[in-house]
Amino acid sequence: MTSVATRRIPGEQGTWVFLFGDMLVFAVFFGTFLVERSTAPEIFDAGRATLHLNVGLLNTLVLLTSSLCVVAFLGALRTGQGAIAARAVGAAIGFGALFVALKIYEYVLLGLAGHGPGASDFYLYYFILTGLHLFHVCVGLAVLVLLLTQARRTHLSAFRTVAEAQGRGRQRAGPSDTRMALLEGGACFWHLVDLLWIVLFPLLYLVS
Amino acid sequence: MSVLELVRNRAGVSWLLLVAATLASWLVGAEHGTGSLVAVVVLAIAAVKIRLVGLDFMELRHAPIPLRAAFEVYCVTLWAVLSGLYVFL
Repeated sequence: MTSVATRRIPGEQGTWVFLFGDMLVFAVFFGTFLVERSTAPEIFDAGRATLHLNVGLLNTLVLLTSSLCVVAFLGALRTGQGAIAARAVGAAIGFGALFVALKIYEYVLLGLAGHGPGASDFYLYYFILTGLHLFHVCVGLAVLVLLLTQARRTHLSAFRTVAEAQGRGRQRAGPSDTRMALLEGGACFWHLVDLLWIVLFPLLYLVS
Repeated sequence: MSVLELVRNRAGVSWLLLVAATLASWLVGAEHGTGSLVAVVVLAIAAVKIRLVGLDFMELRHAPIPLRAAFEVYCVTLWAVLSGLYVFL
């Protein structure tokens, strides 16, 4: 059990207002999707059956792995390993780009099969929900690029090493903590992108 | 130290669990049709997964209690509301 004294907010407080706001908005979208589904379950089931389940599954695994890379990024940065942090976030960006590519591939397949957004209510919701999520992925990728530039600023990493902090008698508060909080907030946004897809995947591909 | 060594921790274990849970929900959802119970189970797996992402990737496990509690409530409420909408509508 973590004591009260050692508990800390990852990132800035304001970041969490934004993250929870986004989570609540998507929760309303998820609920709306199921309400609409109840009006025409056969149409939604027929639409679900035409989705490419394996692509959706692969995309879930891709985002999960990308998230793990971001975890490694923060771990490396905190222990003063800027080069490894850069490699980790670079890998996260690669997986994120792969997600986008797979999503576009699936959109094209659906379009070619005549299952565009106007084909039925199911496809309308499918494209709106996945499109909004894809927008989040793109914003998240921009955030990851920002994290990459920060990882390359090796002085940040060195500044954060325990040895240096103790050697200089620094307290935890200070500019570097502010910057770390921003990086943690960016990392949390990427995890949010992962979190939203974790709900979207079963909702669209498995639960008709 | 390599990237691999940085994920030999709780987050790494959570990633393995998340992959396993993803494959489990895929098997349950893909192979056994779409009855109400299947949907509730699949949504429950999703809720457990987002909890793991929150606690071990977003580092909410060691966040102040109100923040962590708000997240836990979100996970449970999302599962309950979505399951309710699926089963009762």
